[in-house]
Amino acid sequence: MRSILLAILFPLGLLLGLAGPAFAAPHDRTLRIGLREDPDILDPTLSGSYVGRIVFAGMCDKLFDYDTKLNIVPQLATGYTYKDPTHLILHLRKGVLFQDGEKFDAAAVKYTLTRDLTMPRSLRKGQINDIESINVIDPLTVELVLKAPNSALLAQLAGRPGIMLAPEVAAKEGKDFGLHPVCAGPFRFVSRIPQQKIVLEKFKRYWNAKAIHFDKVEYIPIVNSAVRLANLQAGALDMVVYIVPTDVPAVEKDPKLRIVTDTSLGYNGITFNVGNGPESKSPIGSSADLRRAFELAIDRTALVHVVYNGLFAPVAQANPPSSQFYVPSVVPPKRDIAAAKKLVAASGVKPPIPVTLLVPNSPDLLQAAQVIQAMVQPAGFDLKIRAMEFASALGAARSGDFQAFLIGWSGRADADGNMYSFLHSGFGFNYGHYSNPKVDALLDAARRAPTVAARKAVYAKVWAIERQDMPILYLWSLKNIVGMKKDLLGFRQVPDGIIRLQGMHFAR
Amino acid sequence: MSATVLSRPAASPFRLGLRRFRRHRSGMVGLVLVAAFVIIAVAAPLVAPVSPIAASWDAIRKAPSWLHWMGTDEIGRDEFSRVVWGARASLAAGVVSVLIAGAIGVPAGLAAGFAGGWTDSILSRIVDAMLAIPFLILAIALAAFLGPNLRNAMIAIGVSTAPVFMRVARAATLDTMTLDFIEAARAVGNPPWRIALRHVVPNITAPVLVQATLSIATAIIAEASLSFLGLGEQPPLPSWGSMLNAAQQFLTQAPWLAIFPGLAIFCVVLGFNLLGDGLRDVLDTRRRG
Amino acid sequence: MQGPIGARLVQLLPTILLVSLIVFALQQLMPGDPAVLLAGESAGDPHVIAQIRDQLLLNRPLWYQYLHWLFGVLHGNLGYSWRLSSPVSALIAQKLPVTLQLSLMAFFFAVVIGVPAGVVSAVKRDTAWDWLANAVGLFGLSIPNFWLGIVLILLVSVDLGWLPPSGYVPLAQDPLRSLQTTIMPAFVLGNAIAAVLMRHTRSAMLTALQQDYVRTARAKGLAERTVVLRHALRNALIPVVTLGGLQLGLLLSGAVLTEQVFDIPGIGKLVVDAVFNRDYPVIQGVVLVSGLLYVLINLATDVLYAVINPRLRGG
Repeated sequence: MRSILLAILFPLGLLLGLAGPAFAAPHDRTLRIGLREDPDILDPTLSGSYVGRIVFAGMCDKLFDYDTKLNIVPQLATGYTYKDPTHLILHLRKGVLFQDGEKFDAAAVKYTLTRDLTMPRSLRKGQINDIESINVIDPLTVELVLKAPNSALLAQLAGRPGIMLAPEVAAKEGKDFGLHPVCAGPFRFVSRIPQQKIVLEKFKRYWNAKAIHFDKVEYIPIVNSAVRLANLQAGALDMVVYIVPTDVPAVEKDPKLRIVTDTSLGYNGITFNVGNGPESKSPIGSSADLRRAFELAIDRTALVHVVYNGLFAPVAQANPPSSQFYVPSVVPPKRDIAAAKKLVAASGVKPPIPVTLLVPNSPDLLQAAQVIQAMVQPAGFDLKIRAMEFASALGAARSGDFQAFLIGWSGRADADGNMYSFLHSGFGFNYGHYSNPKVDALLDAARRAPTVAARKAVYAKVWAIERQDMPILYLWSLKNIVGMKKDLLGFRQVPDGIIRLQGMHFAR
Repeated sequence: MSATVLSRPAASPFRLGLRRFRRHRSGMVGLVLVAAFVIIAVAAPLVAPVSPIAASWDAIRKAPSWLHWMGTDEIGRDEFSRVVWGARASLAAGVVSVLIAGAIGVPAGLAAGFAGGWTDSILSRIVDAMLAIPFLILAIALAAFLGPNLRNAMIAIGVSTAPVFMRVARAATLDTMTLDFIEAARAVGNPPWRIALRHVVPNITAPVLVQATLSIATAIIAEASLSFLGLGEQPPLPSWGSMLNAAQQFLTQAPWLAIFPGLAIFCVVLGFNLLGDGLRDVLDTRRRG
Repeated sequence: MQGPIGARLVQLLPTILLVSLIVFALQQLMPGDPAVLLAGESAGDPHVIAQIRDQLLLNRPLWYQYLHWLFGVLHGNLGYSWRLSSPVSALIAQKLPVTLQLSLMAFFFAVVIGVPAGVVSAVKRDTAWDWLANAVGLFGLSIPNFWLGIVLILLVSVDLGWLPPSGYVPLAQDPLRSLQTTIMPAFVLGNAIAAVLMRHTRSAMLTALQQDYVRTARAKGLAERTVVLRHALRNALIPVVTLGGLQLGLLLSGAVLTEQVFDIPGIGKLVVDAVFNRDYPVIQGVVLVSGLLYVLINLATDVLYAVINPRLRGG
């Protein structure tokens, strides 16, 4: 069959002059990055997508950033001091310019944070609404007055709320700012054709210009992972953010390419509906024993081996092993069908126990769901898979139209971002409406605890309860897998998966 | 299609057609192809060597071999067995959605052609509007609304295809209305509904049947397209479209996962197209177009 | 039926209005909350969702939402994409040329393959050539577009490395590379239409070859080639031209999946992504424009048919 097609196609190839090398990228100082999807609006106040953060990293500096060990390090701010738990002083970098020539100063910080807090559609409000007021002390010093102590706030300033916008442009453009954003980062926005490419060019007066070694950056969204990889192999892309695990061997075999793999902050798990509407009355929704039996029936190691070539790591908590909030004592149990059966028998529900698993229809999650289906069957679970396109699945999850939901989270460096909205009652990612006053109190207490060690101790208590109630069955933590040309050097992999262009360069 | 309905004026050309069809070579090839797939679908449990949902985690994405003729898929299931069982989803999707389309479209077309006037104008506007919306967009939106599974994909395709049947039925009705025996029936004082059922319906059967056969072919591709976008048959049950969807990310490593379901779609659709062509040749003497 | 064009144009209005109503109704029926999708990683915060819903008028009654949109359209404003904040008209203006390029190239393929194949199979009726042409035609009709796309990517791009697998480049920017990136999808899209064209050309040619004027031409001793090309084909092309127009109208919906497979950033991809992101203004706008194009092409085809086929003019 192939040879016949080849015979038909050969003349076609000749016709096009055997275009082979003609489509390889020319050797200039343009960096072409393939993304897994098209970002939403490029306004840091309004943006909600993960890939959007990758593009922002090229355009916009933040007050703080993360290093490869997830420590918070200075970027536009040079440091901070807590006068007391509710007064945070930020010291700003001198001589920083926005891409339109405006000066970066305390007033700009105040403007940006105020915009985040007050703009009608702001997605940032919830992240920083513990800020009561912002006071300009002098051009390079800002004081944030907090309603209550919040140890997660600094981490927010290393995320999207910490991105500083050029005040004059932002004020003039209003809600259209995202169509041509202006920040204080290494590259200026040039153009964007949605679903096709985003083009940035070097900002010559960038404060850290000596760390920048490209003239242009292009972000090209390619949804299909096979096509994305083929473009990297063909030389049309210099770098691809997110190679799927099953493609890793192909990249490793390619002499022109190299792969950088590191832990990610993201995880996947199954959220059970334990309190959201009538569906929560299902056997598995009303019995923690059954949920634990369900867990015991799953062999996470085999699961990630089949679906992800063994690249992802089995977990039983929301924070990845690389996080300082990881609790080493919370580990996934080994698969134990006998124990699972015992729990099922003790629950008094007669097998087969029907469970419907809602799954967004991405190929890898569907594959995982089918493996889980086969794994839990011997323990007495009759798992039905309900695949839905992403938007419908989210809609069903939020309205309680599900029993179990296989879903992922991109992850945050700070544990609060991985736990609060998921396990605290009344928050949006808590699809199953899990509500345990003790957990609520602990999560609130962790926000106020002053040190990492103190917070970690509180979170350990949360995990002890979570492992018993099991509203979420954590399955595996992801990896950031970046493929790139061998001659692209200086890439630093940070677990948040964001591509920082500082220090990267071509060897040519 | 009981013979009694067809017994009036249309009977003889219809029977004549069937006799002629037997001598229509490509039409017969189509019939045989379709029949083969129907048999495969019905006898899937007997044809398939193993269960289409039996996963084997130590044999994922194995190339075709004596043990697995078409290789194994992404979680180690026998691809051949899945292709065999997939025939059920595809054929069901093709036939049922065309039945739905016919059930909506033919009465509407009959009413429009027979009643004329306002009824015709309104129905025709609706059909125009539906045809002006890209077919797949209509089907995607409907499938998303109804919830993705095979039954709803069939409904979505059926509803989106209905306008085509309405047009065919309307045109055939208008043609028939000009014939003498309708005038005669009217003159004798037959009520309109009786004329429609007894005299018009038998005469529009042939074009509708031809359209149905060709539409089944389109519907099978449409179902595959919807499944390809994740809006069709639910896993672990196989459908050719969803198999292709899953295969997409293993194009380079396991091309057989994409090749075989696609070939199956191709063959069955080819069968229906050949069959439809044959039927048109022998039934539709005017051969429009 | 062939009234003045003005009257036909007026008749289009209710059709288009109906199109927008159907699409609006469908959007309302689709599950999933646009506000949740917009909030993305911030959807954990209930206040955020409430505010977005408020901003997008999602809390208003349906009739209000529809009339609000319609009022905008009547003032030449198709609204703004919720996800990208860009004007829908600008998005369409960016994407339409891509799809048009793809469609025209596909149509080119269709004509270049379909018409000669049809002529050959009619002239060499019941020979191996006829059989081959028919086989090509059926092949085109029966093969699922998206699968052909996948197989081509596999062979031409991955195995042979002749063409880039995707990565559309605008024609104006780099014509060669633009052709390289669109030739496979255009072929995929065009082969189905080639099949339809081939079949109709064949039957039209068969009819034409039996007409008196062809016999007369033959009797005059004209070369067979002249008879076929000058006399028969010219007349046979009349129905083919109109049919071609109709197919051009359908190309847009055919492009949906092909653009998805080849990652071509055209109208089809725009609207599919809009459906999956529940970006209502974009869906509404695209369907409105494509519906309008469709009915206009239909109208133009009807007019063209009446012009080149004098028999119809008398009624």
